[in-house]
Amino acid sequence: MSDPTRFIPVPTPETAHFWEGARAGELRLQRCADCRKAYFPPRAFCPECGSREVRVERASGRARLYSYVINHLPAPGFTAPYAIAVVELEEGPRMMSNILDCPQTPEALVLDMPLEVTFERLSDEISLPQFRPAKGRAA
Amino acid sequence: MTPNSVAIVGAAETTELGRIPTLSQIGLHADAALNALADAGLTIQDVDGVATAGHNAVEVAHYLGIAPSWVDGTSVGGCSFMVHVRHAVAALEAGLCRTVLITHGESGRSKLGRYGPSIAPALFDQQFEQPYGVTAPPNRFTLPVLRKMKDDGLTEEQLAMVAVVQREWAAFHPRASFRDPITVEDVLNSRMIAWPFRLLMCCLVTDGGGALVLTTADRAKDFPTRPVYVRGVGEGAETPVVSQMKDFGSSAAFRTSGRLAFESAGIAHSDVDHLMIYDAFAHLPVYGLEDLGFVGRGEGGAFIAEGHTRPGGRLPLNTNGGGLSYMHSGMYGMYALQEGVRQMRGVSPAQVEGAKISLVHGVGGMFAASGTVVLSNEA
Ligand SMILES: [Zn+2]
Repeated sequence: MSDPTRFIPVPTPETAHFWEGARAGELRLQRCADCRKAYFPPRAFCPECGSREVRVERASGRARLYSYVINHLPAPGFTAPYAIAVVELEEGPRMMSNILDCPQTPEALVLDMPLEVTFERLSDEISLPQFRPAKGRAA
Repeated sequence: MTPNSVAIVGAAETTELGRIPTLSQIGLHADAALNALADAGLTIQDVDGVATAGHNAVEVAHYLGIAPSWVDGTSVGGCSFMVHVRHAVAALEAGLCRTVLITHGESGRSKLGRYGPSIAPALFDQQFEQPYGVTAPPNRFTLPVLRKMKDDGLTEEQLAMVAVVQREWAAFHPRASFRDPITVEDVLNSRMIAWPFRLLMCCLVTDGGGALVLTTADRAKDFPTRPVYVRGVGEGAETPVVSQMKDFGSSAAFRTSGRLAFESAGIAHSDVDHLMIYDAFAHLPVYGLEDLGFVGRGEGGAFIAEGHTRPGGRLPLNTNGGGLSYMHSGMYGMYALQEGVRQMRGVSPAQVEGAKISLVHGVGGMFAASGTVVLSNEA
């Protein structure tokens, strides 16, 4: 399913752990040992307090639909209309995502609905964290 | 800064606006610059400071034949020109230069001689947003709005009214791209771009440019036009990627920039006779009114829908028709400043009678940065 038209991210040293985790089917966050905040996107220090005492941890993968648009403009590797969303992870940080396994309509995409992480393989190196409606929970 | 220490003594847009197949990006910078210098009765020999955004500032200076002793290439999106005004005030007050030229040119529609696809590329964008099919401002700048609609009660009809009211203002301007009246139904029935945003809630894409000439207030009376004083300035920045904006219903960059502008100008909200809020999309005037403190959180949409910002309303807003109807090359901030200057000179086709203070507020990127300028026609 490697799609040559999709934009493939290129990891940097500071983000490599995130993309290695995604390839292994894990959503990884970093957490500050000093102020205890979890944060995203990845970097080698805490953006809340500046501490370098940070650890990589596996996120629960649970999130809620925070905001989105349903894009009707053409985009390489995508079939419009499709949702571009921001999800809020259970741990606090927010990240961009598409919403998979769900009709791309305002009726189906309800703000605050529970979501769970899944991974979309873009290449041998890169699997993209994506979210879909949580299974076994009321939408 | 000291209020009114610096004045805008030259201001102009490009000779044409809209579709300009005869000029590339740098040609638009130069056309606007020469027009603004002519407006001030100056030539390139008089300029010793150059600021621009979206283009190499040294290339702009060299192209014009200027070897400046002060240069500012701050490029933080469409509000960069408001930020340049702030930086120019500091430089002029400090005596770093005597005459500053701020230029903008952008071949947004014809795409002639453009730089790369992004004016402010960001590493986080390339790894954590672009893979999700964000391609352009219409599908990323709009991302926080659904959250604001749920949390703050903003409605699609209120967003549509932003476009309707600004079209009323555009009707006054012969140079506006779109001047025919529209209704809320027209807006809601226009082509879907990125739900809930329809075509008429999104800015134009046109070619054009503009430029400003600034100098110290003690020289301001030597020029042919009525001086427009810089009474206050502010700037702020938050995040290069909209997904990391802390509060989806309020811009931290707007709040910081607005607060600094009011504080430095020493004015109250009731002193503002005329307001410009950069409107790349219909939600921006709503965020602007709230974050600048003209209304409370969640009140911006209703304030516009009730008609307070339309012709005859108590707070005339975006009197050129804005990016939605007047023009939008990509970095619209310069055109908001131009309308602020016209209002303070008393020469806008949509003149607010007796206006003494104009506040011009800009956004850069997708809520990435902000710049605010308070203009006055009284020293
Ligand atoms: Zn910390």
